[in-house]
Amino acid sequence: MKLTGTEIIVECLKQEKAKVLFGIPGAAIMPLYDTFGKYEEIPFKNILCRHEQGAIHAADGYARATGEVGVCIATSGPGATNLITGLANAHMDSVPLVAITGQVPTEMVGNDAFQEVDITGITLPITKHNYIARKIEELPLIIKEAFYIAKTGRPGPVLIDLPKDIQLSKCNFNYPERANRRGYNPSYKGHLKQIKSAAIKIMNARKPIIVAGGGVIKSKASAELIKIVSKTNIPVVNTFMGLSSFPKNHPLFLGMLGMYGQYTANQSVSNADLILALGTRFDDRITGNLSKFCPQAEVIHIDIDPAEIGKNIYAKIPIVGDLKNVLQQLNNYLEEKEPVEWLNEIKGFKEKDPMYKENDNFLLNSRFIMESINELFRGEAIIVTDVGQHQMWAAHYTQVNFPRHFISSGGLGAMGFGFPAAIGAKIGCPNKPVVCITGDGGFQMNIQELATAIYNRLSIIVILMNNGYLGMVRQLQELFCDKRYVSTELAGNPDFVKVVEGYGGTGYRVGKREELIPILHEAHSKNEFVLIDCHIPQEENIFPLVKPDSSINQMIGVD
Amino acid sequence: MKHTIAILVEDLPGVMARVAGLFTRRGFNINSIAVGHSETPGISRMTIIVNGDEKVLEQVMKQLNKLVDVVRVRDIPAENIIERELVLVRVHVDSLAVRSEIIQLVEIFKAKVVFVERNTMTIEMSGDEEKINGFLNLLKPFGIKEIVRTGTIAINKNSKNGLK
Repeated sequence: MKLTGTEIIVECLKQEKAKVLFGIPGAAIMPLYDTFGKYEEIPFKNILCRHEQGAIHAADGYARATGEVGVCIATSGPGATNLITGLANAHMDSVPLVAITGQVPTEMVGNDAFQEVDITGITLPITKHNYIARKIEELPLIIKEAFYIAKTGRPGPVLIDLPKDIQLSKCNFNYPERANRRGYNPSYKGHLKQIKSAAIKIMNARKPIIVAGGGVIKSKASAELIKIVSKTNIPVVNTFMGLSSFPKNHPLFLGMLGMYGQYTANQSVSNADLILALGTRFDDRITGNLSKFCPQAEVIHIDIDPAEIGKNIYAKIPIVGDLKNVLQQLNNYLEEKEPVEWLNEIKGFKEKDPMYKENDNFLLNSRFIMESINELFRGEAIIVTDVGQHQMWAAHYTQVNFPRHFISSGGLGAMGFGFPAAIGAKIGCPNKPVVCITGDGGFQMNIQELATAIYNRLSIIVILMNNGYLGMVRQLQELFCDKRYVSTELAGNPDFVKVVEGYGGTGYRVGKREELIPILHEAHSKNEFVLIDCHIPQEENIFPLVKPDSSINQMIGVD
Repeated sequence: MKHTIAILVEDLPGVMARVAGLFTRRGFNINSIAVGHSETPGISRMTIIVNGDEKVLEQVMKQLNKLVDVVRVRDIPAENIIERELVLVRVHVDSLAVRSEIIQLVEIFKAKVVFVERNTMTIEMSGDEEKINGFLNLLKPFGIKEIVRTGTIAINKNSKNGLK
């Protein structure tokens, strides 16, 4: 049977079991939306967002929360360019996405037509791969490949640009069973000899440490990691992207590593003699000054992307493969172990670590807010954050015990990500509580998605950490620019409660410590969209931190 | 350090942009790039000369391998390389003496005169980079009007280390 291009897309999305699409229509993608209208029942939810950036961040949050491929749709020109931040974000954090953009008709491509941009050209460096469909016959294979490439190997975003005439033309439809590209063969199985030598190194190490990155979550290897830790008693730190890959309440968990990391984590990694690095790319926010990073440690680096091994840090034992496979195999060659002396040394770091001290501040401060969230949800909620100080507070203090329960923009650090991503997470996991922790700066970068959240009756709790500043930048100005607060005070902020009410939702304003817990409980029991505007101290800082270019064991803010 | 990388790529629109863009955005320096059909229909072969240490070479190769349209990547070590470049050069000729002097050079370098005008000669020559540079240097005093070079192409002497 002959199908139109847009019918082919619907059939392909069905085959790929896509459950939700996030997008906004426009002239060049109208045929696709029109096809949705012709189906009595389209086999997926079609969520109308209010800005394409909101749509792609929502698809991203959906993908991170569910582990499935997120799908978003935009029209040509400005619709497509509005996806760029979201593509770059997903690319940096290895999130599987398929973005479909409309394009002007093939015969007009290259003529600077109305709403034409070369979106495949623009997105070359920020997609895992991209396509422009030039013949209708190619379309099924393109879609098959796009999903396959997005979700396999090191995941990432794939964009498909669809000229309008291709959407409207017809051909016989056959969905290919498999995508087969001679230039794309991710290696899943680790090299056995390397795995065996890694096991020997681990057994012989006096001060081993595991650095668990985002790859652990992506390859669903948390259970394997926990098994290895139970057997060997090797302590674990997380990279920022690795948060939620290992339960924070595990006694051998030492916190987050890096520039805004936890003191214990940074000291332990700096003093280790062996680093078992799992699915991490040793970003500069992790290593600080590269030349001073862990001088005494040997590194076993396991990653599915060979290009990440040896890119920033020399790996004594490189292992390319899928972490789940590799850890399963590695575990077979490990024996029980307890590095007692090393764990005692780490105890010493903990004594100096401000994280383990009582919260003796009586203001409505960040830590109190995070701990209140923990008390209510006990690690069951999916925490989605925006970018800035609150993100680091959330990274440190929120209780996260299960994979995919901490969602945040790591590599790109894209403000505006948190709120739409929370929408995507809630749509993907409707039975899970979703708490969006955001700031007054970042929230306003995609505030228009209030309509999407409230109209779709998504029971998300937004905790707005409102300090009237672009707080992270203000903190840097305080510390490194003699308090010259240029362009960081958010004078002119709206009354956020009224804004939410304007969209038909519920908002609360909290200014005092004792008000928060009752309101949180009330918000939770309402089971609908709620925003809690928390007025926190204006000049609260995130400590400890490592100055740019310093070594990660030299932290400001530790007595 | 100069490295020669041979790449097989899918013969698809945009593949040059993907490869060239990767070099730009990762900050790798391309000395030369040459591309043409390979022995397999649908597959093109590129030869890229890059400058950098071993670490740069390793990253270049790994990053190239990540491109979906890139089918195979190999570096060709200096001791096993056969490399050639083709140049077309147009020289100013203002006298008979000059003409015969140039023809002598052409013979010595096994080059070929491909076009002659009253005041110019167009010469074709192929060889490795060193030979070509040497030839062009000798022509310089006569007045070079135009140079067109293809960029280096290269093959491994050892057929077992070919790209197939």
